[in-house]
Amino acid sequence: MARFDPYENNGGTCVAVAGDGYCVVAADTRLSVGYSILSRDQSKISELADKCVLASSGFQGDIKALQKNLAAKELVYEHNHNKKMSCPAMAQLLSNTLYYKRFFPYYTFNVLGGLDSQGKGCVFTYDAVGSYERTGYSAQGTGAKLIMPVLDNQLKSPSPLLLPAQDAVTPLSESDAVDLVKDVFASATERDIYTGDKLEIVVINSSGIHRECIELRKD
Amino acid sequence: MFRNQYDTDVTTWSPQGRLFQVEYAMEAVKQGSACVGLRSRTHAVLAAVNKAASELSSHQRKVFRVADHAGVALAGLTADGRVLSRFLRSECINHSFVYDAPLPVSRLALRLADKAQVCTQRSWKRPYGVGLLVAGLDETGAHLYYNCPSGNYFEYQAFAIGSRSQAAKTFLERRFEGYNDYTPEQLIKDALSAIKETLQGEKLTSSNCTVSIVGRKDDGTMEPFEMIDAKRIQEIIDSMEAAEEAPAEPSAMQQEEPGTDAAAPAPMDI
Repeated sequence: MARFDPYENNGGTCVAVAGDGYCVVAADTRLSVGYSILSRDQSKISELADKCVLASSGFQGDIKALQKNLAAKELVYEHNHNKKMSCPAMAQLLSNTLYYKRFFPYYTFNVLGGLDSQGKGCVFTYDAVGSYERTGYSAQGTGAKLIMPVLDNQLKSPSPLLLPAQDAVTPLSESDAVDLVKDVFASATERDIYTGDKLEIVVINSSGIHRECIELRKD
Repeated sequence: MFRNQYDTDVTTWSPQGRLFQVEYAMEAVKQGSACVGLRSRTHAVLAAVNKAASELSSHQRKVFRVADHAGVALAGLTADGRVLSRFLRSECINHSFVYDAPLPVSRLALRLADKAQVCTQRSWKRPYGVGLLVAGLDETGAHLYYNCPSGNYFEYQAFAIGSRSQAAKTFLERRFEGYNDYTPEQLIKDALSAIKETLQGEKLTSSNCTVSIVGRKDDGTMEPFEMIDAKRIQEIIDSMEAAEEAPAEPSAMQQEEPGTDAAAPAPMDI
């Protein structure tokens, strides 16, 4: 007798890259189950605050629930503190929210991107139960294993002694970072069946948040 | 004569069928500093007099944002008001979490009224000593409600509560019939004029009043609930005074809002 499985992997990939004064957060828009496609146009990205964007891959039910939960908590914070949550504050909140369900986790693989209080780009990467780290770049989801090595090659600082991880924001310009993200997604789309259809790119910088959508291979 | 015998408990009726504790709570509202609210079809404005406990302290917050689409102004025991604002905020967040839509203002007023009623029917509680003007925008337009400690609530075109509010109410009674078609700027001006009536002689400046507005613009986009900043309030006050001093020269006001001098003459006239 097969037991009811409360989880399902709906696939997809999320990436974020931090720069000096900007942050790029990107995710594909394909929703799958097994070998089928459920939607070619389902967003994985949620704008939680004016300098903080969350991209989540994994089980869509938990992604939506988590993103709604965080949005509500952010509103409570705004009412109490009279300002929107900063990205590092949201990072801690996300970690706590995930660990709260340590024994029935949110099946979500998250990447949080935004600007910190100094205006520098920041990326936080998570596992399903809230373990997190601030990095200069990250990828999560089904295509992450294809993308992360490329990002390591392009963005990683030459020696860990030269730059501490916190300051590992890439010296690339905003448009170069966006181009890099487009290229890695195009590559991941080739070999990962769960990644494709469309790529949603969100760039956060001092002038705000702006979105871009480009087509990916649909096979 | 019998008032003192039946006023110890909120759950004791008087022989005339009154609950004195509830009526005393309404008295507390009348002691608080004044607030006014007014609305048009598309916008609602709340204004409050800033009262400071002493010259050394900052003034009490009397206007609270409850959600993007709604806010409250209160008079009376402001601590009770703060707690109720937190409740209203939580109700709005929970509703939009479940229904993905903003809580309609009438439902918000109803939740508040039901909460207030509970305190009139429990012997271990006391009524909230604060009256709230709830202003908001929903699908049916802009709304203004007044919630009393008794648990009653009414919808208004314009209203004033708190000390010396009768002066403001008299002012509003004369003018409210045109409010549905007022522009936001006209509403703000009338709100400030109503507040001015309650100050009775004291000069109206941006430091002794708070004004907030919520509404939907002509193009359909929403203007979320927000306090108007002090600089802008002072500009509006200044333009109102300029119009008063020189009623024969409407051009003084024209630069700010052309075409509104017909509906916003000097408020002290008549």
